Parts: sequence; structure tokens; C-alpha cells
Amino acid sequence: MDSVFTITGTVMRIHLPAEIDHHVSEQLCGQIDRLVQRKHIRCILFDFADTTFMDSAGAGMLIGRYKTMRFMGGTVMAVNVGQRMERLLALAGINKIMDIYETVPSGL
Amino acid sequence: MMCQNEMRLEFDSRSCNESFARVAVAAFMTQLNPTLEEVADVKTAVSEAVTNSIIHAYGEPFKRTQLRSLQEERCVEKIEITCRICGNVLEVEVRDTGCGIADVKRAMEPMFTTRAECDRAGMGFAFMEAFMDTLEVDSKLGKGTTVRMSKRIARENTAHLETASAERRRADGWNTPLR
Repeated sequence: MDSVFTITGTVMRIHLPAEIDHHVSEQLCGQIDRLVQRKHIRCILFDFADTTFMDSAGAGMLIGRYKTMRFMGGTVMAVNVGQRMERLLALAGINKIMDIYETVPSGL
Repeated sequence: MMCQNEMRLEFDSRSCNESFARVAVAAFMTQLNPTLEEVADVKTAVSEAVTNSIIHAYGEPFKRTQLRSLQEERCVEKIEITCRICGNVLEVEVRDTGCGIADVKRAMEPMFTTRAECDRAGMGFAFMEAFMDTLEVDSKLGKGTTVRMSKRIARENTAHLETASAERRRADGWNTPLR
């Protein structure tokens, strides 16, 4: 549970922990929502570089953040997505609602 | 097929036990010599089943009573996991004695959730189905739910490696196999 938030302007990059289950995502959601409100975040970057495990609770967290950001006119992206995470995101249909990158796109 | 090995685990329905449960099952299945991919699949499925028990089976009563102060609290009951190894098949049974599921068929539909407000994706059973070979859900309202899943662990990979190494040994001048 050491996800680190890096905020540059209105972009927040979240270094996700190694395992994202219901226990972890519940805590993460609260932290993210608080920061988004306080720092006027318009773009969330979920960084999956260290993540090796995720279940549907993690997917729920992503979908929830996507909903709040879209409501405010912001965007959500997933970066450093490995093979397994990509499969999970595709299963949950998340690849259809947010941009997924294998690396970090330049300019971010 | 006859069961060759079995283990049973009982723990409190606290969310911090989710990681414990899936790691315990993963450790038990190592004797089948699974690939990392297979271990990850089983871990995800176990995590889904256990999370369901914690959130839905034991989380429901407080939602119904609409007591705001209690809403965050879930009652803590026991969840039981039984694992069996039969041949090269791993069977996992996750049992709770919670509120049960009114409409199992509907609950198993992807994207269906009774807890949309809690950021649930409604993908729990869909994930279990995707990552395991079989999935069976037995539920009685007010009595509890039992989720039974199984997965065949492909041993061919290692069998193939074993023959390869045996051949190499023979080529190296070993007359008898090591085993």
C-alpha cells in the first residue's frame, strides 16, 4: 500500500501498488477523490508499472474514477500496462473507456 | 477422480484477509507445478469469491437497516475455503453463511451489481468464469453461498521438459534415469 501521487499542474500520476484488491482499492479511492477535489485535477494517469495483481475491485475503482473525471470534463489514462493487466482491463471493458498505453506516452 | 490432497481454511471476513486467502490457495497449488499465469488466474478468482463474501454476503444487513453510522462497518463472520487436488485439477470452494443471493443467474451477469455506489464493477463472477475452467454457485437466501470452481493445471509443459532432460542425460552417457 505505498502508492505515490505525483501532481504536475492538473495532471495526477498514481503509482499503483503491486496488488490492487478490494482492501487496497477502497483506501485508494478515498485518497484519489480527496486529491482530485483539492488540487483541481483534470487528468489522472494510473501507472501500472509495479502492479502484478488486480481483481474486479480494482476495475471498479478505475471505472469509478473514470465516471467522476468525465463528469468534470477530465480524462483518465492507464500507462505501463503489462500483458496480464491488459487482459484484465480488456475483460472488464476498460479498454473501451480509457486510453491504455504500454509505456508512458511522450509529453506527459 | 479421487481427491489426493485437501486443505481447509477458515478466517474472518475482513478485507485485509483477501490477500492472505489468495496467497494461501496459491501456495497450496504449487504442488501441481503450475505456470505463473495459472497461479495468477487462480489468485484472481479466489480474490473475487472472497471479496464477494465480505462485501455482499456479510455487508448487506447494514445497508438494509439504513443506519448511516453502521454503513461503513460490516459484520465479521467466517469464510471457509476448501481446496482439493484431484489428479491435475485444482478445486476451490469458498463458503460463507451470509445473506445469500436472490437471483444467482442475474448476479452472474457481467456488469450486474447491487453495489454500484461502492465502485463495484459487477465483474466478480465474470472474472471467476474467465480465469477458472468451471464455476458453480450454490446459494440459499439467508443461509449462505458456496462458490465451487476448478481449474486443470496443465502439467504437459514440465512433462515435456522432463523428457528433454532425460534425453539429454542419456545423450551425456547416463544409462539410468535419475528417478
